[in-house]
Amino acid sequence: MNIVVLLKQTPDTESVIRIAGDNKSVVTDDLKWVLNPYDEYAVEVALRLKEKHGGTVAVLSWGPNRVVEAMRTALAMGADTGVLIDDPALEGADILGVAKALAAATKELNPDIVLCGSRAVDYDLAQRGATVAEFLGWPHIALAVSLESDGSKVTAQRPIEGGTLTIESTLPALVTIGGSQAIWNPRYASLPGIMKAKKKPLAMKKLSDLGLNASECGAQAIKMRMATLEMPPQRAAGRIVDGPDTASKAKEVVRELHEKVKVI
Amino acid sequence: MGKSVCVIAEFRGGDFRRVSYEVASEGRRIADVLGSNLCAIAVGSGVSAKAADLGAYGVDKVYAADDPSLEYYVADTYVPVIADIVKKLDPAVVILPASVDGKDLGARLAARLDASLAQDCIQISVDGGAIKAKRPIFAGKALAWCQWEGSSLPIISCRPNVLDCLAPTDKKAEVEKADAAVPAARAKIVGLDLDTSGKVELTEAGVIVSGGRGMKGPEGFPMLEELAKLLGGAVGASRSAVDAGWRPHADQVGQTGKVVNPNLYIAVGISGAIQHLAGMGSSKYVVAINKDAEAPIFAKSDLGVIEDLFDFIPALTEEVKKMKSAS
Repeated sequence: MNIVVLLKQTPDTESVIRIAGDNKSVVTDDLKWVLNPYDEYAVEVALRLKEKHGGTVAVLSWGPNRVVEAMRTALAMGADTGVLIDDPALEGADILGVAKALAAATKELNPDIVLCGSRAVDYDLAQRGATVAEFLGWPHIALAVSLESDGSKVTAQRPIEGGTLTIESTLPALVTIGGSQAIWNPRYASLPGIMKAKKKPLAMKKLSDLGLNASECGAQAIKMRMATLEMPPQRAAGRIVDGPDTASKAKEVVRELHEKVKVI
Repeated sequence: MGKSVCVIAEFRGGDFRRVSYEVASEGRRIADVLGSNLCAIAVGSGVSAKAADLGAYGVDKVYAADDPSLEYYVADTYVPVIADIVKKLDPAVVILPASVDGKDLGARLAARLDASLAQDCIQISVDGGAIKAKRPIFAGKALAWCQWEGSSLPIISCRPNVLDCLAPTDKKAEVEKADAAVPAARAKIVGLDLDTSGKVELTEAGVIVSGGRGMKGPEGFPMLEELAKLLGGAVGASRSAVDAGWRPHADQVGQTGKVVNPNLYIAVGISGAIQHLAGMGSSKYVVAINKDAEAPIFAKSDLGVIEDLFDFIPALTEEVKKMKSAS
């Protein structure tokens, strides 16, 4: 089974986000970059599929050279090869442009299944998987919290409001991975894994290598832009409830909830 | 009259989901500013019988795609049906719910229509005739105003529980059946496990009681369940409580879990890691209970209680019961 995992490098979720002077972007100088957690789960799922069915796991990403570090993390976990679309023309591209490039690079890898995180913890678009699947003309399953495949089809559970669906798809298909750390327990890269990862093949591609150009997926092709950024309104400092004992504090909280929040 | 405003209503289990009324109400407000009609696309099994009800929230006309094979959302069936209707309507803007299914539909629909989707928005406004929409980024650590270039179609999904519903009127919408040629699904539903316990969904809950590391184990959570039930709410959990296996992942609130915005959020034994704060920061009122007076959660709360949660929660539950029986 040949598997492609789409990766994104994102700031660590513990990062403090500051808006840059242009009011349109965030300050990236002091950010710690990691492999997007949901994409890390996708790598884990891919490695389990490979263990069962054999084949290869290729990781595919885009962005500047710093993204290599996130790709090496996936290679150290056990992925076999990597492709990075590192083209300055993609800077400022929107999700449609990025997905066009990812779809084109995916086609060259000719996988049976494509996996990626259900969302990235930076811009929370939750669009990458569905958009790439659309450009590939493939079915997709979003937000999988379990995944099984017999090599000819894939079955995944998808939680919706008030329940869980089990969805089965023919292959090739794209599946986006939801859930949490506790569900997938992605493996750590072992020390030998880290050493090996340094020698694993990592191909660099430009848009032109994929038969694309900047006018169809670069910054000039964008249909929507983030015009301005702002910080969320700050909550005014609250009050600590005072009282002689537990019961009187509880009474005070209930009074507040009744009078101000009106939930009781 | 210019191009119409178009909303996509979500229909499941024989009725529209509440978030459908929220997007219809928002669509009405935008249509009024633009001086245009509000139409709705409603897809589902048996949806034509209910479609006219959307008129109560300001919809003028509903295009209903009613077919037994459309009972539940799957991209393979919904996207082509809805894309066809949108193409015919050529609207000024498409607004849909940022529910689990809505986010997926929006993404694939946008790609099919070669249009741009602003996902999970919390505000829409019209600026000099142009639509713009505000959405949280980095799980709410910052907010972005999105604007569309030239003539490209804005598609906007709206986060549940944020936009106000109009007071319903007794108006009925005109209903036109959309001839839906439903393609065969390649990815299809083979199993359904619906929770019939009436449990409130976190992203749609008005009240959330969340437990963190301070709960020390899964044993204390029934106590939070009881309090949440009394308040008509749902139980959430911090990442550490989920990672420890005390609660299911579906309950996780935070940057790697669900972003919630209830009227009341009660944080119990949660210290307030930045990734948790990102997930609940837009709650309208926050109460924090923690025995550590230095816990960062207190700085993000309207009301703080420095107490051992195992003493305080039973006392609080008792007081809530008293208040409820008195009123």
